[in-house]
Amino acid sequence: MTGYILKRLLSAIPVLLGITVIVFLIMALIPGDPATAILGSYATPENVERLNRDLGLDKPLVQQYFIWLGNMLQGDFGTSFSLNRPVLDEVLERFNATLILAGTAFVLCAVLGIAAGVVSAANQYGWADKAITFAVLLGISIPSFFLGMMMILLFSVNLRWFPVSGMWPIYGDRNISALLSHLTLPAIALAVVATGVIARLSRSAMLEVLRQDYIRTARAKGVHERGVIWRHALRAALVSIIPVLGIQAGFVLSGAVYIEIVFQWPGVGRMLVDAILTRDILLVQGGVVFVAACYVLFNIVVDVAQTLLDPRIKT
Amino acid sequence: MLKSPFGMTRRGLLVAGTALSLALGGVTGAVAQTPPGVLIVGQIAEPKALDPAAVTAVNDFRILMNVYDGLVRYKDGTLEVEPALATGWEISDDGTEYTFTLREGVKFHDGSDFDADAVVFNFERMLNEDHPYYDTGPFPLAFFFSAVETVEAVDPLTVKFTLNAPYAPFLSNLAYPTGLIVSPAAVEQHGAEFGRNPSGTGPFTFAEWRSNEAVVVEANPDYWDGAPELEAVVFRPITDANTRTAEMLAGGIDLMVEVPPVSLSEFQDDRFTVHEQAGPHVWFLILNAKEGPFADKRVRQAANYAVNKAAIVNDVLEGTAEVAAGPTPPAFAWAYNDALEPYPYDPEKAKELIAEAGAEGAELTFYVTEGGSGMLDPVAMGTAIQADLEAVGFDVSIETYEWNTFLGEVNPGLEGKADMAEMAWMTNDPDTLPYLALRTEAWPESGGFNSGYYSNEEVDALLEQARVSTDQEERAGLYKQMQEIVQEDAPWVFVANWKQNAVTSDRVENFSLQPSFFLLLGDVAKN
Repeated sequence: MTGYILKRLLSAIPVLLGITVIVFLIMALIPGDPATAILGSYATPENVERLNRDLGLDKPLVQQYFIWLGNMLQGDFGTSFSLNRPVLDEVLERFNATLILAGTAFVLCAVLGIAAGVVSAANQYGWADKAITFAVLLGISIPSFFLGMMMILLFSVNLRWFPVSGMWPIYGDRNISALLSHLTLPAIALAVVATGVIARLSRSAMLEVLRQDYIRTARAKGVHERGVIWRHALRAALVSIIPVLGIQAGFVLSGAVYIEIVFQWPGVGRMLVDAILTRDILLVQGGVVFVAACYVLFNIVVDVAQTLLDPRIKT
Repeated sequence: MLKSPFGMTRRGLLVAGTALSLALGGVTGAVAQTPPGVLIVGQIAEPKALDPAAVTAVNDFRILMNVYDGLVRYKDGTLEVEPALATGWEISDDGTEYTFTLREGVKFHDGSDFDADAVVFNFERMLNEDHPYYDTGPFPLAFFFSAVETVEAVDPLTVKFTLNAPYAPFLSNLAYPTGLIVSPAAVEQHGAEFGRNPSGTGPFTFAEWRSNEAVVVEANPDYWDGAPELEAVVFRPITDANTRTAEMLAGGIDLMVEVPPVSLSEFQDDRFTVHEQAGPHVWFLILNAKEGPFADKRVRQAANYAVNKAAIVNDVLEGTAEVAAGPTPPAFAWAYNDALEPYPYDPEKAKELIAEAGAEGAELTFYVTEGGSGMLDPVAMGTAIQADLEAVGFDVSIETYEWNTFLGEVNPGLEGKADMAEMAWMTNDPDTLPYLALRTEAWPESGGFNSGYYSNEEVDALLEQARVSTDQEERAGLYKQMQEIVQEDAPWVFVANWKQNAVTSDRVENFSLQPSFFLLLGDVAKN
């Protein structure tokens, strides 16, 4: 197992290097430079040139790339020029907020999605199955940013149950209940689509398993129905559900971009959008590399978890 | 038999439901009213820094103007300069020496004294590459003061600026945020981190900056111009306009700036006050006067007649702007030519002029941007303009670009690429825009913004003369003449002057917007 994990980690290195090259090239190739973005209406060629020199952007591209990569390997991601602070500080702080939001949403969609799928499969064509299938279709079909806005209108503006936006109250204590009240709406809005997808796939995975002979045997020898479904069938179905969870985790993470903008959640997605618009090259590059590294790592974890459940997969 | 796999009874379900709603009920206590005396402002973005020399965005200026003072400032409700940290000034006859007398007894928030040495430090830091704190930049708008040759402290309360040539906009540039005075002691203490640890002389002192959440400033009880009414102001960055609107409706903020036109109707009840103020903004179309159909003045005038500006201002912009008559916004009251009437909407006249010039059916390429500073609703406006121009016989194709890409296409000039492009400017002096965008010397290859290659010797001469004159009335006369000629020559289609807007809740008193577009909160109160 250790060997397998090592092999997977090593194979991640070229992937990450590739990502640094791609993100660097994209930022270098998109039209518009940071000096123009900063100067706006006052971007005369003369002013742009002077500011680019002050920002260190007048060096050849290849040299810029290796300076950036070399610094990054030593843990220095540079300084953001739109925020005037170290990129790594900003990214870590923002990533922390994204993890809270995406993590909560992921737990919500994994638990609710699998539960709904199992209930659906166990009651195939029954009322619960029909109700869940309907709800799931509805959830998959609503764009999350739209759902988010509607939730703000209903629960924040009209009912005033939850705050509209942000992660912490502007005044008052930063305790868990304050966080929960800010987290509830965005987490739900973010979880809805993935919950639907996971529920659909869990349902079919369960139905597949429930048709197997050993399930009939378990029932025949008198195992309690609850035991059959949750212990025997679900464990087998998880082998095909877990890779889907891995993919959905990626969707939740990227979906967080819209939700963070709608709810003004101070996460990494909103940071990247702002950074791209202001051509904050180092912040975009640092942020993308960091998020990509996390995603690659998460996929390795999912693969390892899968081999633990089903050792046949390893080869 | 129907079995619930959760093994949950109906009673269990009921209990769980009640528990959930109680939990939610407990949570709702967190949505409290904002406290009295503390004004919460919904900003459009996170500030870049709170160092006035280092920033360029109106969003940042809104905070800075409440923390710092300049030597001079704009008189309430106007764009005319009045004393602030300087109590008076003298200008030498040749217009190259400005001597300021400074206010006595003023202290920076960090306790250090405001004096002539502090003023010298501020301008040296921005302009002198050898200054020990030049590296706390970059200072992108330092060229506002590029005419400054030397700054000297004559005595502790007198400071003298020597310019390399007469430069009339100097005073109003000092009133701009780039001219705000920072504490030298704080710069020395914090170095490059000064932008996050600001110290000035203004009505509010900096208290706290929580990244991506809020900047908090507190009342300065010793303010030389009278302590503010408010205890504190909290600036919250809320980038999404819909979310900002929802926060205002839900009571999470007390003051919201830049209300989207479509959201204004939400605030038509007693709980809110909508404020409007025309500012030094003009939205126009640059016409390529070098080549193609717009090289002919009659076709340029035809475009001005063909565009239904009133419809754009009232329908697309929902009344948040006024029809522009010429290149200078009316907010520069002292320099604005009241006699100018906007080109009327007259498609028949436009068709006549086009026929006269033989430009019927001309194909036009039109650069439109997706959004950008001061651009209002550029896609919808561009589409309306396209329809108006097609109605008089042009064949207009639109090319749309993201803002920074757009600037990269337009600023180097339209030659060989396009016949017209959208543009908008906000400036602090009537000199800036025409000087940078209408003179022959300001063609893109000379480093200016005259992307449509307009050229008129008379206009060039008037603008050069107005820049060196130190007599405000003489300058006003020159600008008024210039506006008349430019309107007749029609290098641009003059479309709109934006009215800045803001909404306050009924708990906020004494608030008004300024034509400078700055947000001044020194006199505001909140119950």
